[in-house]
This record gives sequence, structure tokens and C-alpha cells, in this order.
Amino acid sequence: MLNRHEIFEKNSIVLLVGVLIVVAIGGLVELVPNFYLKSTIEKVDGMRPYTPLELAGRNIYVREGCYTCHSQMIRTLRDEVERYGHYSLAAESMYDHPFQWGSKRSGPDLARVGGKYSDDWHRAHLVNPRDVVPASIMPGYPFLAKTRLDIRQIAADLKTNALVGVPYDEAMIEAAVADLKAQADPENDGVDGLLERYPGANVRDFDGDPKMVTELDALIAYLQMLGTLVDFSTFDAKADVNIR
Amino acid sequence: MATAIQRRPLSIGEGGLIAAMTVAALVCLIVVAKAEDQAMAFHAALATLASGAAAFLLIKRYTERGEAIPQEINGKPNYQLGPVKLATFFAVFWGLAGFLVGLVIALQLAFPVLNFDLPWTTFGRLRPLHTSAVIFAFGGNVLLATSFYVVQRTSRTRIAGELGSWFVVWGYNFFILIAGTGYLLGVTQSKEYAEPEWYADLWLTIVWVVYLLVFLATLWKRKEPHIYVANWFYLAFIVTIAMLHLVNNATIPVSVFGTKSYIVWSGMQDAMTQWWYGHNAVGFFLTAGFLAIMYYFVPKRADRPVYSYRLSIVHFWSLIFLYIWAGPHHLHYTATPQWAQTLGMTFSIMLWMPSWGGMINGLMTLSGAWDKLRTDPVLRMLVVSVAFYGMSTFEGPLMSIRAVNSLSHYTDWTIGHVHSGALGWVGFVSFGALYCLVPWLWNRKGLYSLKLVNWHFWTATIGIVLYISAMWVSGILQGLMWRSYTALGFLEYSFIETVEAMHPFYLIRALGGALFLIGAVIMAYNLWMTARHGEEAEAEPVGAGARLQPAE
Repeated sequence: MLNRHEIFEKNSIVLLVGVLIVVAIGGLVELVPNFYLKSTIEKVDGMRPYTPLELAGRNIYVREGCYTCHSQMIRTLRDEVERYGHYSLAAESMYDHPFQWGSKRSGPDLARVGGKYSDDWHRAHLVNPRDVVPASIMPGYPFLAKTRLDIRQIAADLKTNALVGVPYDEAMIEAAVADLKAQADPENDGVDGLLERYPGANVRDFDGDPKMVTELDALIAYLQMLGTLVDFSTFDAKADVNIR
Repeated sequence: MATAIQRRPLSIGEGGLIAAMTVAALVCLIVVAKAEDQAMAFHAALATLASGAAAFLLIKRYTERGEAIPQEINGKPNYQLGPVKLATFFAVFWGLAGFLVGLVIALQLAFPVLNFDLPWTTFGRLRPLHTSAVIFAFGGNVLLATSFYVVQRTSRTRIAGELGSWFVVWGYNFFILIAGTGYLLGVTQSKEYAEPEWYADLWLTIVWVVYLLVFLATLWKRKEPHIYVANWFYLAFIVTIAMLHLVNNATIPVSVFGTKSYIVWSGMQDAMTQWWYGHNAVGFFLTAGFLAIMYYFVPKRADRPVYSYRLSIVHFWSLIFLYIWAGPHHLHYTATPQWAQTLGMTFSIMLWMPSWGGMINGLMTLSGAWDKLRTDPVLRMLVVSVAFYGMSTFEGPLMSIRAVNSLSHYTDWTIGHVHSGALGWVGFVSFGALYCLVPWLWNRKGLYSLKLVNWHFWTATIGIVLYISAMWVSGILQGLMWRSYTALGFLEYSFIETVEAMHPFYLIRALGGALFLIGAVIMAYNLWMTARHGEEAEAEPVGAGARLQPAE
């Protein structure tokens, strides 16, 4: 039998093709079905794409590498559900490009941090975490409060997300800049339009600085909606379609 | 010799590369002008400078061309060692940088004030810098150096093409520069171990394809009938990394003049793709590639043939087949389908066998030469690396079991596990290979000082032991604290209490990391002194005569 192995040892292309076939199998079996098995992503009410401000906040979360310390995935374990809330559903990250489930909890899970703390708390915490949690080991991000949010690309951001499958429609892309500004300013005329396009969105001056929309506004807007979209009163974990 | 001087003509490769680099410089200059963010302008400017310099040096090289480079001298292959030396230099350089950043972020976790609250010095930006610097910059350059060396030696031929290997080494390190500076500027996909943005990924793809071609073309001109086992592992590493990289980095840039892109996969599918990639970055970059190093350098240093040819074959195919399935064990109890989690766990446990097959093949190669461990600290380093490999490939399957994973996941236990593999296995096998390579490459009788190797070995070993034990304790402690209940049925600890409990272990870990870094500094000094001031070897460098026929 070992003599037959000679064909791989004497012919680099045969070896190359052999390797490719052998390493392709596992990936094909494990990855491909997730794209067509209907049970992969639960049927839920309430999921909507991120508002432009939330998306901009998410991009700051991605830029700062928050995933290196914070997970966004509550596992189906008793202590996690009691500590953080309902276990995370696949549906809850279906508009996430990229996913931010993380792999390490140097800090707590953030999958359902939305609404748990006030905007004031987040503001203080992000500027200097030890002001509100004395033993925290998180870095401070004072620069977020001072940096005006770059909104030049926001419509293009929505458009690219639409390209990869997030259901942003023409109207949403067109109103991206207006929606972004409206969400951080309750007095803005565009609030009604925003809420029509993104039902239930939080509309507040998140960073308490009415002069400009900062990166802190965007990040707090994102954190405050995390894990709040799905309506669990209508979610039936035991329904056939949700058994995985 | 009385041969007439033959001027080299401008080869197609040379001309093509000059043209490509000139075009690249121009294109990048346009990107500088139209860049939509500062990071892109900065990176495009770097690329303009780099490709301009490359074009200039290529033209200079052509105008100064001398005799055609002979394939053989006195009947012996004229190996191309320049790119190997360059990659060796980069490996040591990035190794020191990567270990240092690791120490910094370890200290940040113990003393958060060290984040300085500036954008580019926070843990979130430095952590990818550390992981990429040690895995891709240090590990990657070790792999480039050794693979170009080993494929030439075991094929008994000069590397294919004169410029390809130079392009790969310079191009790869340019990728590292772009990726690393990008992290500091906040340019990241925030996909673990796949952080570089779309344009860095594209550039890496080009470099990687050339790498594959150079490697293959060198195999095609080999003078040995068989492809040596180390080269199977190198080939599997190169091909599989290409596949993983392309699929996991399928992104759409927001603008070709901007840094930001969005990955085409979403949520749960992205998680599966990411860990299929992430775990096989471990499996094929940090394992298959470094097993190739083991299969060349251990027999070479011990001066014994590989223990079992049969085991090499079984171990090779089963390892690469099983590894690719293991990814979902990173997603136990998450929103990934149960069937995928179970498959991931099952294959991870099976993976234990080929892993230990490889370990046995490496260790048993010392049969009849065990006494050398007493006298040769380099061989000791190589052997201990294989022992660490055995240990972490036992721990890995253990942690992939769902019940164990429920405790270990999200904690420092994972960090400890990774570092027993990374410091113990990848680090030590790389150091061993570098200690072998430098005297060979610079034609020295031996290393500047074996005593310093001994010092490196013990400092680093104590460092690793401190590191991984601290992480075992802190990981298991935190995992248990998270799930601890009071008699009344309430969660016993708030999250922040579990963070406070970590502090002493973070100090011990930082101490371990510091020792490991000190060991690497000792190595860098030793290698420098070897290359610069070592005694010239007489004729053939040490260990040049191939003794790599497999045992029958």
C-alpha cells in the first residue's frame, strides 16, 4: 500500500490536488448547509437593519477592537442566561457584517447590554471606566466624545451592506445622512421618517453634547440597542422551525 | 575558471516585475490623491514608495548585471540563500517586536493606566498587533525562511526563478507593515486573526500565489525522485492557507479609495466561516508549516533519519483531513446549529491521534541519539518544542468537549492553551530552526555561544511554565466564579469581582512573558554575533550532506 503512495511523492501536482480535495471536504460539509437549511436562523419578530447612527457606532466598535475583550453571544447555560438575559439567537446577528460574537470575556458579554444602563452611565464609563466601576481594567476612550462623527460615507456604507444582503432599501440609503442626524437630535424634523424606516429606534442626544454628532453618540446608540430588537413574547423556542 | 563571461539578458520576469512595480507606484500615487481617509492615504503613500523603490532597485540590478548565475558550482547546487537570510532577519526582528507588544498588553490587563487612553495605544488595537506580529510576522517569516531553504536542500536544486523568492519575502513583509500600522490607525475587520482590511488581503493574495508558484516550480526541477515529507507539509500549509484566506476575507469595499469594507458573510454563517478559518490558521499555519520544520530540522540536528516513513504518511493525510473540521468547537452552546458543534467536537477529539502520531515521529527520531540532549541545547529546544506540541494537542481536544468548553470558553484557559502551543511549540521549534539556520546560511562553524542557547532555553521555559500555569488557574477560577451560586440560588459573584480575582495571575503571566522576551533577546544577540563574528566554516556548511532518506 505504501508503494502506491509513491504517486503523491513523485508528482507535485497530484500531491497538490490530493491535498486540496482532502482539505475541502470538512469545510464543504460544515459550512455549505448553513446557507440552505431553513432551521439555521430562527423565525423571529422585531429584527430590523441598524439605523445609520447605530451602524456608524458599530463601525467604531469594530475599529476599536472591542471584540478582543467583549463577547456578544450569550450561551445556552443557566448562569449566562441569568447574568445576561435570554440566550442569543442566530437571528439576532443576521444583519451583522462581520459577526462580533467574540471569544474572550475580559469584560462582560454585551449581547443584551442595550437599555441596561443610562446614556449618562455609558458616557462616563467610556470616557473613564474607573469613574463608575473602580476595579475595571478597560481602557478609557475620552477621544470619542471629542471626535466629530465622519458621516461622509454613511450612504455608501448602507449601500454596501445592501449589496451583501442587508435589507436596506432605496429610501433608507437616500435618507441615510438625514436619519443619522435625526436620531441624535429629538427636535429634528426627520425623526418621524427615521422611526418609520427603523421602528423602535432610540432617538436621543446620546452624548449630551447638542453641538455636534460625535463618535460617542454613535457608539452609545449602538450599545443601547444591542439585544433589544427581538420580541421574545412571540418567540417560541420549542416551535419546530426553531429546533436545531 | 576560464569560462567566458556571459551577460544576463533582461529576463521576462525581470522586465515584467519592473513594469508591474512602475504601474503599481503610479496607481498607488493616484490612490494617495483620491484617498477618502487618512489611513488609506498613508498606506497608499507607503505602497508608492515601496513599489517605486522596488522598480528602481530592479533597474539598477539589471544595469549592473554580471555573469549569469550558475545553477551548480563544482557539481553542487548553487542554493539561493539571500531571501532565506532576509526572512531569517525579519523573523528575529518581528519576533522581538511581537513578544514585546505581548508583554505590553499583558501589563495593560494588570494595570489599565498603561492604555494611556490614546486611540492607538489601547488594548483593542494592540492585541491584534501582538497576535499578527507573532503568528504572521514572526511565524510567517520563519516559515518563508525554512521553506525556501528546505525545498532547495531536499530537492538538491537552486530555487526556481531569481526574483520570485525575493518578491515573496519583501512582499510578505510589506503586507505585515500595512497590516500592523493599520491596526494602530484603527483599520481592521475585527475578525480574529483575519484583521487586515481588503487591500492588504488582496496584496497578500498576490504574494501568496507567487509563493505557491515558486515552491511548486522548485519541486518541478528537483534532482531527487521523491518529494521529501517536509515539503508535503509546506505544500499543504501554502495551499490550505490560500483557500482559507480567500473564503474568510470575501469582502466588498465601501470605496476603492477607502479602507472600510464589509464581509459578505453575515452573523452565524460568518462565525462558522471565521472559525473554520481561525482554527485552521492554527492547524495549517502554526501546525502543518511547523511540522515541516520538525521533519527537516530534528533529523538534521540529531543526525538520525525520520523515525517512521509509514507514520509520516498516515499522520500527514489524517492530520490535514481532520483539522479542517475542528472549527465549530469555538462555538459550543452558541447560536450555531447543534449538528455543526457536534461535528466540530468529534473531529477535534479524533485529531488527537494524528497530532500525537506526529509527536511520536518527531521524538522517536532521536532513537539512538538521546545522549545528544545533554550536550546540544539546540536539539533540546527542538525536542522540548515537540513535547509542548504533544501537550497542547492533548489539551486542545480536551477543551473541545462541550462540557469542558462550557467552563473554559471565554476565559484565560483558552489564552493559556494557545500560548502553550504558541510559545512552547511554535516558538521553540522556530528558535531551534533559527539556531540551525544562521550558522548554515552565514557559513559558520557553529553558533557564537551554546551557553547562551542554554540561557535562552531555561529563561524561556520558566517563562512558559509561569505563563500557562497562571492562565490555567485564572481561567478555571474565573469560569467557576461565573457559574457559582449561593445557597439561596443567586449568582454568587458580580462580573467585576471575577475581574478583580484575575489580578495576581495577570502579574505572573506578565512575568512569564517578560522572561520569554528576555530569552528571545539573548537569542537575537547570539544569532547576530554568529552571523557577524562567527568563525568561518571550512568547506561545506555544517550538516550539508543530506541524510534525509526516510527510514524503511
